[in-house]
Amino acid sequence: MLNIILGAISLGLLWAIMTMGVYITYRLLDIADLSVEGTLVTGAAVGAVWITGGGNPWVGTFMALLAGLVCGLVTGLLHTKLKIPALLSGILTMIALYSVNLRIMGKANITLLQAETVFTPLEKLPFMQNLAAQGIITKNVAILLCGLLVVIIVSAFLYWFFGTEIGSAIRATGNNQQMVRAQGVNTDTMILLGLMLSNGLVAMSGALIAQNQSYSDVQMGTGAIVIGLASVIIGEVLFGTKSFKRTLISLSLGAITYRIIIALVLKAGMNANDLKLFTAITVAICLALPQFKSYWQTLKKSLQGGGGNAPTA
Amino acid sequence: MLQLRNIHKTFNPNSVNEKHALQGLNLHLNAGDFATVIGGNGAGKSTMLNAISGVWPIDEGQILIDGADVTKLPEFKRATYLGRVFQDPMLGTATNMEIQENLALALRRGKKRTLRWGITHQERSQYRELLKTLDLGLEDRLTSKVGLLSGGQRQALTLLMATLTKPKLLLLDEHTAALDPKTAAKVLELSDRIIAENNLTALMVTHNMRDAITHGNRLIMLKDGQIILDIAGEEKKNLTVENLLAKFAVAAGEELANDRMLLS
Repeated sequence: MLNIILGAISLGLLWAIMTMGVYITYRLLDIADLSVEGTLVTGAAVGAVWITGGGNPWVGTFMALLAGLVCGLVTGLLHTKLKIPALLSGILTMIALYSVNLRIMGKANITLLQAETVFTPLEKLPFMQNLAAQGIITKNVAILLCGLLVVIIVSAFLYWFFGTEIGSAIRATGNNQQMVRAQGVNTDTMILLGLMLSNGLVAMSGALIAQNQSYSDVQMGTGAIVIGLASVIIGEVLFGTKSFKRTLISLSLGAITYRIIIALVLKAGMNANDLKLFTAITVAICLALPQFKSYWQTLKKSLQGGGGNAPTA
Repeated sequence: MLQLRNIHKTFNPNSVNEKHALQGLNLHLNAGDFATVIGGNGAGKSTMLNAISGVWPIDEGQILIDGADVTKLPEFKRATYLGRVFQDPMLGTATNMEIQENLALALRRGKKRTLRWGITHQERSQYRELLKTLDLGLEDRLTSKVGLLSGGQRQALTLLMATLTKPKLLLLDEHTAALDPKTAAKVLELSDRIIAENNLTALMVTHNMRDAITHGNRLIMLKDGQIILDIAGEEKKNLTVENLLAKFAVAAGEELANDRMLLS
């Protein structure tokens, strides 16, 4: 059981980076960017190709980040310069990336089983043998440490960036483009920057996930946006959004919670093929929560009203 | 300070909804002019302000602000010269952001945005002082989200934001129309004070004739995308609603038929 939870937490940390990317578009820019389904794979593909080619896995992960920036730029240009609606721009990039990802990998999947990943050196740390003696899977611990490091760096960067003049302008653009233009900011540039940053993070996350699961697969991005949204919403609802610092922490915790939920329902015997359906239902319920609340209040009011009137009738 | 030369704008050209909204509009504002703008529905009041702000490109003509030709500049570049307050209180501010963050965005109008921190410590005390002058109790709520403010408070804040970096031209587009009468009067009084204190050049669109008469040093009346009346100086000071209506009838060759203007 400990190993299951540990595995879920470590995987959650890797997905947390993707979650932050989704948060940038979905919450800050107010755009549902579907290109991430393709970008996640692009990141995985670039990382895998780099690593199997004998490259340094950290450099490969960074290359994935750069590839993600380019993907975001494409979606952004489609949206801002060609005036294609954001949702459609994302879908176009996603579909285009499917072919691009196959080109990058040269086949549908690449295995990393024999390759040196960012996690490998950590597994050789001296205390890992003690943990292994206690029956703990050391790879999970290595992923946990590595994920934690990357999550902290990315969170700190985002906290700084969205506090700067440019970062503030990006946040305002998601709020009210008219006002932002009236304050002398090019909203197109802000949307481009936001989409690039978002997709960059998603691709980096993809590269780390590929190293974690020891393969990159052209299908691995399917449903990624829903997983990202689920993590964002679970994080916000359970852990709060009082300040930006708090929100960033909530996002990571949301991603981890999602992974723990999935691990538990699988452990409880759910068919793995039903996972995506389960995720979709979870997200739908979370998104509908405010509506449920208002229905419930109306119902409660009418019930109370009905009870009060009954004796006089 | 502002020159509009023969401005033409047609919306939805070559369709059943074609509207020739500005038909050779000419206007010259001197530095320090505070002109009120009135006119019936569809006369082109807001269209004129949007043309100046660059919301869309104009079809013909030339726009100069303080001698600089801005006709071809996109909206965000013209913002360097302009302070704007909109009719809808939702439009002037970013609702999910704090009061101080909104002010900080406005303070950087016309400046290059960098990776420096978005708000400095000195700014905060400057904002507190400025908000105190609004007398709305906002000086203690710097970190409140703007979404929590009332319409009147938002318009007052937007006005402050529009003038935080002194604009060459302040554009007020029916900025009190969505407010209740008491709040509207307060925001108008505030506009008067800010314009006078900073010696700003301003254009204020209003549907209220009395407001148009009592505020500013010039009154401009639009009809069918052209200026049909331009009253300044002593004549403006002595203006009444009755003789304004009479002047309109002479200039337009017809009675003014706009319930909204006459009733308010």
